[in-house]
Amino acid sequence: MAKSKERKHTMLAEIWRRFKKNRQAVVGLVVLVLFVLVAIFADQIAPYGYDEQNASRAQIAPCAEYIFGTDNLGRDVFSRIVYGSRYSLSIGFLAVGISVLTGGLLGVIAAYYPKLDNIIMRAMDLFMAIPQMLLAMCIVSALGGSLFNLMLAVGLSSTPKFARVVRASVLSTREQEFVEAARAIGSSNFRIILHHILPNSISPLIVQATLNMAGAIISASALSFLGFGIQAPKPEWGAMLSAGRKYIRTLPYLTVIPGLAIMAVVYALNVVGDGLRDCLDPRLKK
Amino acid sequence: MLKYILKRLLWIIPVLIGVTIIVFTILYFSPGDPAYLALGDNATPESVEAYRIEMGINGGYWERLGNTLLGLIQGDLGLSFRSKTPVINELIVRFKVTFDISAWSIVLGIILGIFFGIISALKQNTIWDSLSTGCALFGISMPMFWQGLMLILIFSVTLNWLPPSGYGDSWKQMVLPVIALGVNSSATIMRTTRSSMLEVMRQDYIRTAKAKGQTYWVVVLRHALKNAMIPIVTVIGLQMGTLLAGSIVTEAIFSIAGVGKYLVDSMLARDYNAVQGCVLLIAFVSAILNLLVDIIYTFIDPRMKTMYESESGFKLFKRKGAGQNG
Repeated sequence: MAKSKERKHTMLAEIWRRFKKNRQAVVGLVVLVLFVLVAIFADQIAPYGYDEQNASRAQIAPCAEYIFGTDNLGRDVFSRIVYGSRYSLSIGFLAVGISVLTGGLLGVIAAYYPKLDNIIMRAMDLFMAIPQMLLAMCIVSALGGSLFNLMLAVGLSSTPKFARVVRASVLSTREQEFVEAARAIGSSNFRIILHHILPNSISPLIVQATLNMAGAIISASALSFLGFGIQAPKPEWGAMLSAGRKYIRTLPYLTVIPGLAIMAVVYALNVVGDGLRDCLDPRLKK
Repeated sequence: MLKYILKRLLWIIPVLIGVTIIVFTILYFSPGDPAYLALGDNATPESVEAYRIEMGINGGYWERLGNTLLGLIQGDLGLSFRSKTPVINELIVRFKVTFDISAWSIVLGIILGIFFGIISALKQNTIWDSLSTGCALFGISMPMFWQGLMLILIFSVTLNWLPPSGYGDSWKQMVLPVIALGVNSSATIMRTTRSSMLEVMRQDYIRTAKAKGQTYWVVVLRHALKNAMIPIVTVIGLQMGTLLAGSIVTEAIFSIAGVGKYLVDSMLARDYNAVQGCVLLIAFVSAILNLLVDIIYTFIDPRMKTMYESESGFKLFKRKGAGQNG
């Protein structure tokens, strides 16, 4: 037991060593950690409440006191962006969590039980025939636009993608000798899947999850922007963009700033995802 | 080969039926009764029932699903709740608009993507490479709707060069939406071109071609690019599907009366027959595009043709394709 723990540790250290070499990915990781901290300590960081209106300070362009300016109702845009990070990050993490769970489960079942393989994967093909954004739109309009429903819609709409990744990865692991050995000593299917197959086929899943988090944040903000999903007074970035769009001629920073915030998070996730892919890719392992 | 194409075309039918069942089921359980929405809350039960019969939305889940599928087979997508006209007529008019914009966008995406992909692979680890990969990374990180808004802000509001909205009055109205959609897909195409070219350029046959004295650009274009094309074509095919979905947001921003805007408006108005029609149309077009991509493969790599023609090879290929996707 102690030995395996030690090996795990050195493997993580090895991955970290390779990840560190990629300067861009490290920058992305730092940006991501900063956003997570901002989301956690939003109450301390934001100088005003996200819905604190004050007509006397409406429509102030970015300046020293209001670094991102104030909107038409006199709300401080910086505070709204700070609180908005909670929405985007939680949607990113939880939506992907939902797709990892559902897609992972379906993928493992499909790969491990050939009888169910065809049924599950054909059903997934059907869902893949509908563009992801469209599927999410249908689901969220059926459930109604709350934060949780938005996560569910975005998460479920990428389930088929994860099912495919996991299935492909498990299929190749299943043929390895150590799985045969585990079966030979009489391990149950459940134990084999949980202890032998999953840990050995997890790296494509991690990469897919990181990159998908970026996609999930973009889809969720696009849905809010279009009027599904989270609605205005809430400081969701997509909803802020949609509200600020009316003032694009007079107060352009209301559309520029929320977009920059989305882009920063998505960019960070993309470079971290690329970095992880490069250091987890077995083809590059020497 | 013809047999294979026919088989694939026939396969689209069950896919469309499956998509209909999925979308119908999701929308069936959506809140909000279209009859009460149209007639107001004080409508009498009789008038509600009459409205339902007129719109063809009477009966329970199975009855309505059956009717929807029967209609689909006859090419009837039902009536729009809002205009009370057949959805299919509306879709045909609007699809031309969406098709135009998407086609120009993918052309722009392919040209930019392949060009910069090749440059950055050939000049790996130089400033040109970092510049193009950096730009591509920004491209895929930018939300498409925000990119559209920024284009409006720069080229319409600030510089006043191009109109911010509309379609069909002049070619100028096409420029911004096409850039918004095309640049976004060029980023993905560029990244795939780069990695595929890098892999091919390391192969022995490239060294052979160079060694026998072939000129540099012939090696790059005829030997390398041709062999690097399979993943690029795959990604272009995927991007065309993404473009169709992206047109939803782009059309909403630039107020273009295409399928995407129709879908968003219908969804917000709970006009479910129209929503269903739009989703079906988009799924159908995506299926046709996938088939086209598979046919294009045979021109790039003749080995694929033999694979399609033999039954077992087809299965093998399908399986391999699924693995590659993951």
